[in-house]
Amino acid sequence: MLERNDMPRQDPDKRRSNFGEVALGYSHEQALAEASRCIQCKKPSCVAGCPVGIDIPAFIQYMADDNMDAAIRELKSMNALPAICGRVCPQETQCEEICVLGNKGEPVAIGRLERYAADHEQDKIETEAVASAKATDKKVAVVGSGPAGLTAAAELAKMGHGVTLFEALHKAGGVLVYGIPEFRLPKSIVQSEVEYVESLGVDLQLNNVVGKLDTVDELLEEYDAVFLGTGAGLPVFMGIDGENLSGVYSANEFLTRVNLMKAYQFPGYDTPVKRGQRVVVVGGGNVAMDSARCAVRLGAEEVTIVYRRGEDEMPARNEEIENAQEEGVKFKLLSNPTRILGDESNWVTQLECLNMELCEPDESGRCRPVPLEGSQHLMDVNVVIIAIGTSPNPLIPMTTKGLETSKWGTIIADEDGLSSKEGVYGGGDVVTGAATVISAMGAGKTAAKAINKYLKRDK
Amino acid sequence: MQFKILEKFQIVPTIHQMIIDAPKIAKKAKAGQFIILKIDETGERIPLTIADFDSEKGTITTIFMEVGKTTKHLSTLNAGDSLQDFVGPLGNPSKIEPSDTVVCVGGGVGVAPIYPIARAHKAIGNKVISIIGARSAELLLWEDKMQEVSDELYITTDDGTKGHHGFVTDVLKKLLEGDEPISLVVSIGPAIMMRTVAGVTHPFGVKTIVSLNSIMVDGTGMCGACRVLVGNETKFACVDGPEFNAHEVDFTLLMNRLMMYRDEEQQALENYKCDNEGCQC
Ligand SMILES: Cc1cc2nc3c(=O)[nH]c(=O)nc-3n(C[C@H](O)[C@H](O)[C@H](O)COP(=O)(O)OP(=O)(O)OC[C@H]3O[C@@H](n4cnc5c(N)ncnc54)[C@H](O)[C@@H]3O)c2cc1C
Ligand SMILES: Cc1cc2nc3c(=O)[nH]c(=O)nc-3n(C[C@H](O)[C@H](O)[C@H](O)COP(=O)(O)OP(=O)(O)OC[C@H]3O[C@@H](n4cnc5c(N)ncnc54)[C@H](O)[C@@H]3O)c2cc1C
Ligand code: SF4
Ligand code: FES
Repeated sequence: MLERNDMPRQDPDKRRSNFGEVALGYSHEQALAEASRCIQCKKPSCVAGCPVGIDIPAFIQYMADDNMDAAIRELKSMNALPAICGRVCPQETQCEEICVLGNKGEPVAIGRLERYAADHEQDKIETEAVASAKATDKKVAVVGSGPAGLTAAAELAKMGHGVTLFEALHKAGGVLVYGIPEFRLPKSIVQSEVEYVESLGVDLQLNNVVGKLDTVDELLEEYDAVFLGTGAGLPVFMGIDGENLSGVYSANEFLTRVNLMKAYQFPGYDTPVKRGQRVVVVGGGNVAMDSARCAVRLGAEEVTIVYRRGEDEMPARNEEIENAQEEGVKFKLLSNPTRILGDESNWVTQLECLNMELCEPDESGRCRPVPLEGSQHLMDVNVVIIAIGTSPNPLIPMTTKGLETSKWGTIIADEDGLSSKEGVYGGGDVVTGAATVISAMGAGKTAAKAINKYLKRDK
Repeated sequence: MQFKILEKFQIVPTIHQMIIDAPKIAKKAKAGQFIILKIDETGERIPLTIADFDSEKGTITTIFMEVGKTTKHLSTLNAGDSLQDFVGPLGNPSKIEPSDTVVCVGGGVGVAPIYPIARAHKAIGNKVISIIGARSAELLLWEDKMQEVSDELYITTDDGTKGHHGFVTDVLKKLLEGDEPISLVVSIGPAIMMRTVAGVTHPFGVKTIVSLNSIMVDGTGMCGACRVLVGNETKFACVDGPEFNAHEVDFTLLMNRLMMYRDEEQQALENYKCDNEGCQC
């Protein structure tokens, strides 16, 4: 069996000091070679691993035949944002995990192929198809412009409905613009997807905090339905001593300063961020990797990830863990912070950690970390970034009558995305809690279909 | 979308009034809330209190003091210019309830945000006593506007060029010691002044509200930059405040966190001056 084609990447020594994209994408030859590795299973298992059900063998066959236009059309029939998903989907736990080639060797690099096809695309193929959808007299308000909101807005516009997309921040894209860094997902790609959604006739209203300007109930007076794709943007802190010291950031703040506000270009851009020499990032997910790798690029001498479980338990994409290691990020596993210490001017100076031990997996299959008594020790730090999770912002539930939430603050919705309130749908992180780009998109699409049905119910 | 500046002028040296065309925000704004603006693509997001609003004309009035790069840049803009981003109303409105005498204490540029609060108390029939202060007479803001919404108005200047020679807290203390049935003190100004106000009212057991000006980024509860410690609990000033019970606020933490970017702010300001006011370096 042929070996999987590596994707060229920027040299670790170079990329440590720039925000340019790390993964450079396949060349034409590599894409053709990788595409022809797919054995075109009669009953392809990979498709079941894709949350939006892309016909994977079909698009790969087009690529192997060097028909990239057909490949992208196939991809786009199921996934509106392939250039983004090809870059950020955790393929190793989705489509690629169950690719049969993986049984003996390495699975087909589905994500890299998806990326190649999407990057190859010159014109927006779908625009023509869309113009033909007949305009209805229905109006839908979509709240939040992350992957869930963008997808729902695009689908609803294609069905002919009048769509207004409300976004609290000054840029559209949700986590794709404020969270995921430029070196992993160039903002120009997100921007062109946003422009595409606008080209479908979606009216994008930035700087519009729903619940502060109009509430959902007020939107329902003007719109026939509302979709909530407001994400899980509220940072969770650990609740330990010293968390409010200067130099201690939530990952959301650190990443927002760096990515959305472009603090890495300070003073060219006005927003500052502390460039620590010794940086500790607490957590083991994509958010932690992104924070650590940003800190490296901001010039830190030493960046350490502190995570309370082991490497196998880290939820981040494998590729990003590898990238982080190559860039010199240190991993202090089985370690949990217990206290943050500061100096007299309130600046963080040290982090106290406790070593952990993994017990036998419980019924749920998860190993719970338990502290090793007496293993406290101190690390010198001047910036600490807390990346242990986020939860939904309570603003909309607080200001909407009859919108039910779970004890985690997520909006309760059925499989179509319908909430406890008539005409109000939700999807993405605000319903599931922090998850993935592709699952948020899938939820946006499902809800759009359900909303379409709801809007046409009288006819 | 751009937000047009309708009026902009200097009220007193280094303090400016700016009226923005923002009809949607003006329709929803209430006393005590703030907006966040960003001048242009490379700008920083900065919060400013809504000092006045006119829901019919669709305008928001802000008052700002030149303290660093962004506010200096803002001071060079004029009517007809636009701001790239302007979002609000953010934060919780002030609680305006019928009560005994309310004392409104504003210091420096803090006089502007105290004005709509005093006005709202007056409008529901509360007796309002206001104390406004500045370093010097020429820096005193909105004396006439405050006069209109106050039953009594006291003025203090640090240098004695107008009114009481000294601090707003001197007058506040006298009032508290007197017979006036004071049930609420609201104070906005520099952190150090608000801390002193809290210290003065505490022994009298009078409810005291301050509006905290911690550093913010999004203003919607998403980043935690604005966190403050109130009653030993971490709060996000942008969504849980900005008004809090002064007697529970950890002012030392607030003041320390406000200093977090002093070096960077200095650098940004110097670069800006170099580029725009002729280099002195
Ligand atoms: C740093 C980081 C790295 C990640 N890396 C990956 C990865 O590699 N792969 C992957 O699959 N997933 C990744 N994720 C997770 C993924 O980004 C999210 O699951 C996904 O973005 C969720 O999409 P969403 O549309 O539900 O919400 P979001 O992307 O969070 O968008 C919600 C939007 O709603 C807006 N909003 C919120 N409240 C209001 C309101 N009241 N009014 C108006 N607008 C509002 C917000 O400003 C935001 O723009 C990462 C997440 C982070 C934070
Ligand atoms: C809720 C709130 C309401 C405010 N209302 C007013 C007002 O009505 N009038 C007014 O003149 N000022 C107000 N401020 C303060 C104002 O936001 C700062 O003066 C401004 O951000 C300074 O920016 P700069 O670039 O000019 O100065 P810089 O040199 O960047 O900073 C000067 C000082 O301002 C503070 N500051 C800096 N950046 C921010 C930020 N992003 N958010 C908050 N504070 C910051 C810091 O303490 C800093 O030391 C308010 C602040 C808050 C949080
Ligand atoms: S969208 Fe994600 S899961 Fe689906 S095929 Fe592409 S990479 Fe795999
Ligand atoms: S400013 Fe970001 S949470 Fe308050």
